[in-house]
Amino acid sequence: MNSLKNASDWLTFAYDAPFARAVVFGVPIGGHLFVEGLLLVVILFLLSQKSYKPPKRPLTNKEIDELCDEWTPESLIPPITEEMEKEAPILESAARPHTIINGKEVVNFASANYLGLMGHEKLLESCTSALEKYGVGSCGPRGFYGTIDVHLDCEARIAKFLGTPDSILYSYGLSTMFSAIPAFCKKGDLVIVDEGVHWGIQNGLYLSRSTIVYFKHNNMESLKNTLEKVTQDNKRAKKLRRYIVVEAVYQNSGQLAPLDEIIRLKEKYRFRVFLDESNSFGVLGKSGRGLSEHYKVPIDKVDIVTAAMGHALASEGGFCTGSNRVVDHQRLSSSGYVFSASLPPYLASAAITAIDVIEANPKLLVKLRDNIKALCTGLSGIQGLEIASDMLSPIVFLVLKKSTGSLKSDLQLLQDIADQVLKEHSVFVVPSRRSTLDKCNLPVGIRLFVSAAHTESDLQKAYESLKSVAASVFTGQN
Amino acid sequence: MITIPYLTALTTYFSYGLLFAFGQLRDFFRKFIDWWKASNLQGYAPICLGLEDFYIRRLYLRIQDCFGRPISSPPDAWFDVVERVSNDNNKTLKRTTKVSRCLNLGSYNYLGFAAADEYCTPRVTETLQRYSASTCSTRVEGGSTALHVELEQVVADFVGKPAAMVTGMGYVTNSAILPVLVRHGGLIISDSLNHNSIVNGARGSGATIRVFQHNTPSHLERVLREQIAEGQPRTHRPWKKIIVVVEGIYSMEGELCKLPEIVSICKKYKAYVYLDEAHSIGAVGKTGRGVCELLGVDTADVDIMMGTFTKSFGSCGGYIAGSKELIQYLKYTCPAHLYATSISPPAAQQIISAIKVILGEDGSSRGAQKLAQIRENSNYFRSELQKMGFEVLGDNDSPVMPIMLYNPAKIPAFSRECLKQNVAVVTVAFPATPLLLARARICISAAHSREDMVKALEVISRVGDMVGIKYFPAEPKKPELEEGRKKSE
Repeated sequence: MNSLKNASDWLTFAYDAPFARAVVFGVPIGGHLFVEGLLLVVILFLLSQKSYKPPKRPLTNKEIDELCDEWTPESLIPPITEEMEKEAPILESAARPHTIINGKEVVNFASANYLGLMGHEKLLESCTSALEKYGVGSCGPRGFYGTIDVHLDCEARIAKFLGTPDSILYSYGLSTMFSAIPAFCKKGDLVIVDEGVHWGIQNGLYLSRSTIVYFKHNNMESLKNTLEKVTQDNKRAKKLRRYIVVEAVYQNSGQLAPLDEIIRLKEKYRFRVFLDESNSFGVLGKSGRGLSEHYKVPIDKVDIVTAAMGHALASEGGFCTGSNRVVDHQRLSSSGYVFSASLPPYLASAAITAIDVIEANPKLLVKLRDNIKALCTGLSGIQGLEIASDMLSPIVFLVLKKSTGSLKSDLQLLQDIADQVLKEHSVFVVPSRRSTLDKCNLPVGIRLFVSAAHTESDLQKAYESLKSVAASVFTGQN
Repeated sequence: MITIPYLTALTTYFSYGLLFAFGQLRDFFRKFIDWWKASNLQGYAPICLGLEDFYIRRLYLRIQDCFGRPISSPPDAWFDVVERVSNDNNKTLKRTTKVSRCLNLGSYNYLGFAAADEYCTPRVTETLQRYSASTCSTRVEGGSTALHVELEQVVADFVGKPAAMVTGMGYVTNSAILPVLVRHGGLIISDSLNHNSIVNGARGSGATIRVFQHNTPSHLERVLREQIAEGQPRTHRPWKKIIVVVEGIYSMEGELCKLPEIVSICKKYKAYVYLDEAHSIGAVGKTGRGVCELLGVDTADVDIMMGTFTKSFGSCGGYIAGSKELIQYLKYTCPAHLYATSISPPAAQQIISAIKVILGEDGSSRGAQKLAQIRENSNYFRSELQKMGFEVLGDNDSPVMPIMLYNPAKIPAFSRECLKQNVAVVTVAFPATPLLLARARICISAAHSREDMVKALEVISRVGDMVGIKYFPAEPKKPELEEGRKKSE
C-alpha cells in the first residue's frame, strides 16, 4: 500500500516535472504528449518488424529426382477377368432377320433393323451408284470441301419429311447428342434430364458443365415436382437457359416418353425440350414421323430433335433438326460437326432412299406394330422374366422378375440365357450391356429388336425358345 | 516457330479492331430496332446470349462463302465446286446448278484413294451386296461380322501392334477412349496444339489436365517433374497414372512431332504415351506406317496408338492399337464399342483393300508408287513455295503446308481469287488457330501430277503478289533451276 502510494507520488512528480511543461514553438507540451510520443515510437518499431513466416524452401533437383524414382504408376488397365475375354458372336452375312453365325442359320433379333430396310434393293442400288460416283469417304470436314451435294440433299429431305425448316447431318449416331448438347448448354445453364438416358447424352451433359438435375425414369409426377422446385430456387431465370432432355423410346428400358404431358409442363414453366428420337423415327406415328406424330403434337413445339440413322433407316450417322436458329448455330459451334470428317456420301444417299421408301410404304409400320404385339403376347407368362417395355416400343425389354442382387451376376445370368437360346434354338438375342462409365441405374435385361421383316414363324420360334430356356434356367433356381 | 513481323502484327490488330468496332455499332443499332419490335421469345432466355455468337454474326458471316463450299464430284485431284449465290449480303447462300472444275488443294486425300479406285471399288461393291450398307447394331450385339474381325487384324499388322479395335468415327474414338483409360486421380499432359477431339476426351474423363508447350520435349520434362513431385492438386497424393498425348502430324502446323525425345522422357518418368496418328498414318514413312517408322521409334515403346482412316485410306472410322490385354479391356468397357453402331461394311472393305494396295499385296507396285509420289510432291511443293517468298510452316516430308496470311482481310481475298482461277484452297482463321495467325492450308495428294502442281504454284504466286503475303524475300530465279527440274523428270 505504501509502495503503491510511493509509486503514484513518483508518477505524479514525473508528470508535473518542469521539463514536462516546456513550451516548444509556442505549443505547451504536457507530459501526456511525451507518453503518446513513446507509444507511437513503440508502434512503429513493432510494425517494422517482419512477421514470422516459415522460410520457403522449394524442392531441390535431387529431391525431385528421388520422388520421381519412387513414384510407381498403376498399370494402364486393371487385370483381365474372365468376362472380359468373352467375344461377341461373329456374323458371316448381313445382319438381316435371318443371318449365319458359325455356319448355322439363326433368327436375328439383335439388329435394330426396325423396318427391314437392310438389303432392300432400292437402297443397294442408290448406294452402288453413289459409291461409283463419289468413292467411299468424303476426305474432309464439312467446312473444308467435305460438303457433297448429297449431304445437302439429305438434310433437305429429312427436314421436308419431318416438317421442320432445316436439319444438320452428323457423321456418327453416338456423336450427335454429345455434340449437340454442349453447343446449347453452357456453364450455368439448367438441365433437367431423365435418369435413364443413354451414355451419349450423359457425356454431352458432363462436357457442357451445366447444372444437371435428374428426375425419376419416365415419371411425370417427379418431373413436375423437379420443375417446380427448380423454378422456385432460381428466381433470376431471365438469362438462364433451361432444358428438359428426354428420349422418345429409351434404349435402356423400352419405355415411351409421354410427349403431350412434357409439352404441357414445358410451356407452363418455360423450358426447352431436347428429344432423342433414335428408336422412334420411322417407327411411331401413322407415317413414321416419330413421337410427335404419335401424340399429335406439332413438331415446332419440340425445340431440338436428334436421331441416329443407324436404326430404322438402315444407314449410319445422325441428324439434328429444329428451327433455323437452332440448326445454324450448330454449324459453327458443334464440335462433332466442325472438327470431324463428314458422313460418307453413300450413307447419305442410302438415308434419302430409305425415307423415300418409308413415305411410299406406310404399311411397313403397320406390319412392325403387329409383329411387336404378337411377340409380346407370345412372351407373356414367361417364367422368371417380365416385359418392361411399352407395347409400342420396337425394343422388347425383358427384365428379371427377381434380381440376383448384383449387376454382375444379373448380367451373367442373362448372358447364359442368351447363349443357351442361341446354341440350342438358333435364335440370336442379346442382354443389355453397361459400360463402367455409364451412370444409368436401370435394371438390365434381354433385348429383342423386332423388325417388320420378321415372319410369324420367326416370332413364334423366338418366344417358344425363350420360354423353354427360361423355364429350364429358373426352375433350377426356384 | 512462327515469328510475326511487327508491322504485320500491328496492321492485323488494327483490322480486327476495326471489324470489332463496326460489329458493335451494328449490334447497337440492332438492339435499338429490336426494342421497337416485340420480341417473340415470350419469357424464354435467348438461345445465344449477346457476345457468344458475336464472332459468328459480325465477322464470320462476311466471309461465309469461303467455307463449306459444296462439291458435286469425288474429292480427287480435280473436282467440281458448286457455285453459290447470296441475295442478302452473305447471310444465306443458295446453291446454283453451275459447277466449276477446280484443282483440289484442300481435301485430305494423301494417297489418292478418294475417288473410285480400280482395286478397291469392285471389292467394296461386292461387300455392299453381301453385308449391306450398315449393320444396324453395336459391335457387341449383331454388329461383329467376319469382315470386322479381318479388318482389326489387318490394321494391327499394318501398324505394328499385337491387336487393334476399330470404331465408326475418329472423333468418337478419342472422346470415348480417354475417359476409360484415365479417371479422376490421373493426369493427362497434352500438347498445347492438340485436336479438339483429344481436348474433349480429356475433359470428359475427369482427370486433371496439364499442357506443355507445343513440341518442346524439355518443357514436357519440366512439367512431368513438377507434377510428379507435387502430386494431385490440394491433396498432394501421388498420381494414379500419367498419360502424355501427342499427335503424329499437327494438322494446322504441318509439323512432325519430336517422338524419339518424348518417348525417352516418358520412359524415364514412367508415363504412358498416347499417339494420335490421324494425319500421318499411311502418308509418311517408307512403307506408309506412320511417324514411328519415319522417326525410327519402336512401336512397342508407344503404349497406345490411335489413328483415323479418313485421310490416307479414303474411308471413315478410327482405330486404337495396343497390346492384346489393352484391346480386350477396351472392348469390354469402351462406350464406342458397346453403344455405337459398328463401322459400315463397305467402308471396312475399303480400308482393307487400301492397306493391301499400300503393302503391295494386290500384286502391283501402285502402293510404293503412291508413297514415293506423295513424298516427292510434298517436298517439291514446299521448296518451291519457300523459294517464292511465302512463309510456309511444317517439316519436310509432311504433306500438310500452311501458308501464313495473318491479316483477316487477306483470308477471303486469297480464297476468292484462287477460286476465280480454278484452284480451291482452304483458309483457316480463329477459332481453329490463334487470332493473329490466320493461314491457308494446302494438302498435297499422291494424285497430283507435276503439271497440276506447276499450275497451282503459278496461281498461288500470282494471287500472293496481288494479296501481298510474300513476307520473306523471294530467291532470285536461277537458270540451273530449269535444268534441275528437267533432270529429275
